[in-house]
Amino acid sequence: MQRVLVANRGAVAARIIRCLDTLGLESVAVYSDADADAPYLEAATTAVRIGAGPPTESYLDHDAVIAALKSSGADGLHPGYGFLAESAPFARKVIDTGAVWIGPSPDWVELMGHKTRAREFAARHGIPVGAGSAVLRPDGPEAMHAAAERIGYPLLVKPAGGGGGIGMLAVSAPSELMDVVERASAIAARGFGDGEVYLERLLERPRHIEFQILADRHGHAVHLFERDCSVQRRHQKIIEEAPAPGISRDRLDPLADRLVDVFAGAGYDSIGTVESLFGSSGEVTFLEMNTRLQVEHGVTEEITGVDLVAGQIRLATGERLGSVLDRPIERCGHAIEARVYAEDPIRFFPSPGPLDVFRPPEGIRVETGYREGQTVTPFYDPLLAKVIAHAPDRSAAIGQLTQALEGFAVEGVRTNIPALVKILRSEAFTVGRIDTGLATDVVAPERTVR
Amino acid sequence: MSRYEVAADVTGSVWKIVTQVGDELGAGDTVMILESMKMEIPVIAEDGGTVVELLVAEGESVSEGQTVAILDE
Repeated sequence: MQRVLVANRGAVAARIIRCLDTLGLESVAVYSDADADAPYLEAATTAVRIGAGPPTESYLDHDAVIAALKSSGADGLHPGYGFLAESAPFARKVIDTGAVWIGPSPDWVELMGHKTRAREFAARHGIPVGAGSAVLRPDGPEAMHAAAERIGYPLLVKPAGGGGGIGMLAVSAPSELMDVVERASAIAARGFGDGEVYLERLLERPRHIEFQILADRHGHAVHLFERDCSVQRRHQKIIEEAPAPGISRDRLDPLADRLVDVFAGAGYDSIGTVESLFGSSGEVTFLEMNTRLQVEHGVTEEITGVDLVAGQIRLATGERLGSVLDRPIERCGHAIEARVYAEDPIRFFPSPGPLDVFRPPEGIRVETGYREGQTVTPFYDPLLAKVIAHAPDRSAAIGQLTQALEGFAVEGVRTNIPALVKILRSEAFTVGRIDTGLATDVVAPERTVR
Repeated sequence: MSRYEVAADVTGSVWKIVTQVGDELGAGDTVMILESMKMEIPVIAEDGGTVVELLVAEGESVSEGQTVAILDE
């Protein structure tokens, strides 16, 4: 593999292009009209226009990306995260061109992309899975009510083919069930192509803990510890850290080791993240597996010193885990990442516009695909930058990150920086009393009454 | 009779119009849903009333603060 096409945009495209350069590989960037002045296009060996701003006309357009792959002479493709990263049909098309797909085998993408099949896989392999139903058609109220009674309220209705919290709705009583199912099913049909949903027990205020897995194509796997991603708004992560504060290693390490055994044994063959929820009364439940690089991978890179993107690329070409990792994996210090979004800091509404001023802090790791003068368009998700602090301990990392965010100058769009700083300074966060309700608790008192 | 304008909270595009001219809305009902940066943002009729005019069509781009509908209380 000599030349890799990066089928993505923004911070992750910039990150992968930089990594390819350090590996001595050529890079092909792709861009839509909305990203024609993105800074990472200049860093790439070459850049190819793939279409108009709307994602379906560019980054999600299989034909446009495959055409760029062929015309650019690339012999590998890195999908990044989001867009086509978890599309098994697209992965197969890449492989059919003869290029290296930098991700797991399409069968794995397919299996883990279907949430109830993924749950069945987890349960079959002894990974703890909370009470849930099989996939249900929304037109069967009796079966739906029976499943709900068995699981117990409160519960969540989730799209079977979805992810990222989209279309996920809570139900607190039987009288609401069918109404909510109908709404969730409509969102699922629009967003993921089928209207199938399933039910899952709702853990109140759990912690979101995920485990980083790295596996080669020869049956070997390792874990690189966990990340705590409990600080979320609208089911989307905004602050991630490693290691998870305040949870005993006796609860984390055996689970991580178990996951390694399961995925090595079953032949998983790339980078992957197993997401789980830790309930307040000690229960653990498998959530899903993401068969790709994760947005918050940098946190793990900081505490382990392992370049996950380079590892993922080298493993895709068939290198063995033992040669990619030249030493045992150890943890060092504490890392915290904050996602800076172009959005209103109180209501969390998107705020596209021109970056009249965009000056990321210096002396700290910043991952971004933007520069001053560029326009943030409404076509894509609102991530402007990830700021990642790494320090000997958690409180030093919080201090470093808070200071960096306060020095991050952005004008022209509103950002969530004030909300991030408020969370980092909150008592609940600083003492490590975190769960998925924290961000709303800390930020909501300022919410304007509509 | 007092007419009032309903404006878009965000820059984005009109994803779905869920009302028609003549519909009676209650306070807080959704007039239409905008899409921006992968999020769906409802446009709310704060005081309710009758939908008098819809000024945009599905798929159309809108700017923050732009009037998208006129209601009559």
